[in-house]
Amino acid sequence: MLLFRLKRTLKLGVKSLWMHRLRSTLTTLGIVFGVCSVIAMLAIGEGASQEAQEAIAKLGSTNLIIETIRPPDEQADSGNVETVRNYGLTYADAESIRNTIASVEVAVPIREIEQEGRYRNRKTAVKVIGTVPWYTEISPVQLLRGRFLSSTDMHYQQDVCVIDENIVRELFTFDEPIGEDVRIQGNYYKVVGVVGVLGKIESNANFGNNDVSMVASKGSATGNVYIPLTTAKTRFSELNYTFSGGSRRAEKVELQKITVKVASIEQVLAMRDILDALLDRIHDKKDYRIVVPLELLRQAAKMRRIFSIVLGSIAAISLLVGGIGIMNIMLASVSERTREIGIRRALGAKRRDIIIQFLTETLLLTFAGGILGIILGSLVPFLVTYFGKMPTVITAGSLILSFGISGIVGVTFGLYPAYRAANMDPIESLRHE
Amino acid sequence: MATVVDIKNLSKIYQLGSVEVAALDDIDLAIEEGEYIAIMGPSGSGKSTLLNLLGCLDRPTSGEYCLGGKDVSKLDDDELSLIRGMHIGFIFQSYNLIGQLNVIENIELPMYYQGFSEHESSAAAKKLATMVGLGDRIKHRPMELSGGQQQRVAIARALANDPVVILADEPTGNLDSSSGADILNILDGLHQKGKTLIVVTHDDNIAAHAQRVIHLLDGKIEKEIYNKA
Repeated sequence: MLLFRLKRTLKLGVKSLWMHRLRSTLTTLGIVFGVCSVIAMLAIGEGASQEAQEAIAKLGSTNLIIETIRPPDEQADSGNVETVRNYGLTYADAESIRNTIASVEVAVPIREIEQEGRYRNRKTAVKVIGTVPWYTEISPVQLLRGRFLSSTDMHYQQDVCVIDENIVRELFTFDEPIGEDVRIQGNYYKVVGVVGVLGKIESNANFGNNDVSMVASKGSATGNVYIPLTTAKTRFSELNYTFSGGSRRAEKVELQKITVKVASIEQVLAMRDILDALLDRIHDKKDYRIVVPLELLRQAAKMRRIFSIVLGSIAAISLLVGGIGIMNIMLASVSERTREIGIRRALGAKRRDIIIQFLTETLLLTFAGGILGIILGSLVPFLVTYFGKMPTVITAGSLILSFGISGIVGVTFGLYPAYRAANMDPIESLRHE
Repeated sequence: MATVVDIKNLSKIYQLGSVEVAALDDIDLAIEEGEYIAIMGPSGSGKSTLLNLLGCLDRPTSGEYCLGGKDVSKLDDDELSLIRGMHIGFIFQSYNLIGQLNVIENIELPMYYQGFSEHESSAAAKKLATMVGLGDRIKHRPMELSGGQQQRVAIARALANDPVVILADEPTGNLDSSSGADILNILDGLHQKGKTLIVVTHDDNIAAHAQRVIHLLDGKIEKEIYNKA
């Protein structure tokens, strides 16, 4: 019974709106664009933040990265020409971290050297990464061909290397790299494996957070060459000379990074304090820092919330404007249909019936607008991704949210015109021309 | 015969600024079931006010109005709506059909507000449309009909809920003489079927169809004339 009445009310509502097709369509457009922009904005915001989060997640959420930094008291001994500045993480640090802290799953010492790699007549800038075979546990390197470094390589300080795809492209182009030798600083390293490129962390993750870009490498290297840490120790000097204004400065750094992995995310923050305490005791100056990807992830999540709220509220304002447009048109419609209201009242319509009639029409407009807006709003992100090369993610939440908002807009902005209609004096409205 | 309209000491006073204007001044009127009444009088005599009160569109300032044995002079807005929907049929000078609805839907309207199902009401509406001679035009919109046809739809609509009284306000005022004669024939037919009719008019020829003509002047009943049968 109630359902039949509802169906009939809807049918009559559609009829009234159909009488003024152009007006109804134009009114609906406000909601269409409002809903569409809510969905599109949220999709773009979500896409951007997911990209950033993926970049950070590549660093590993259960990892802690200890980096060597140049200590701050540099100015003090700048006059001494031949002093070797000795700072940074050491092999001993890596050993003591591994040996004294029980909850450390793996500790991976990393040595990074910017060098030039050559193969036949081709050369390119490479980043030599001296590390250990279990490097794969803390970094999502993807082995494409051959093998990664082994403990035998470590033990015998083999001159072998694993290169990434960028190097393959620069040095070998179409040649098969496995088994060939890459020359770095006069030494030859046999390629035993090829790994995939590790994302573009530096270019994409700097969404206002400088730490992330510093975690990743700077400089002009086209790709990474992984060699055993023991080989790196013997082949490359730990002394690094820089010349500035005629004076020579020497620096000695053993390790650029130690990456520590713990078993679960809950242990990450506690581990940071433990590491800090341990290293603070060994190091007499602050020549290291601890980067926690998990914290970056949390910051990114916070950024993402702010981003979504800002974009969402801009879009919500356009929805509000659409709602005001609807109210305006409904008020005009009510005064235009004064006589119809009078007739209906004379024929036995209660105030409630009139309210239901006009509210139904408003809701029909907003829901039609909502559905169209959802369709358009789902298309826009695809276009943005296709033409703007920006990642977008449409979440079910944003669809429900925008549809819900358009419903609320319909009720809010429909109630007042409906009440105006219902409270007209039947005699006056019957006399209305 | 039962008295369907029983009015005692009915007054309607409008407040115009500081002046009180009595549109209806202490009127007594009784109408029997099946009567055909014409209400006449010059402009400002209180015809419209009386019609609005009879039609339960308005409430009297004082006095008593019993419709079909029920006192309706003190009901609230919702109850008055219900009375209008169930017991009163309106016929207006300018037809007052709803433009976006077709003939059937216009006739159905009073039944719609009384909660009839679409199934019941559309069958009844079809019967009524046939009765007023528009059986072949039930899907037409008011715009597509002549004035006389529109008024016939309005009459069918007024009959939809089998009302106690039918109130007609200048039913032929907008029509040419031949369409007007048609409408008057239909009203005569309704009278013969025993309906209670109250017609407000300026026109003596229309008043001649009624059994009793009530002349209003300055809010009072000036005279009542019984026409010969």
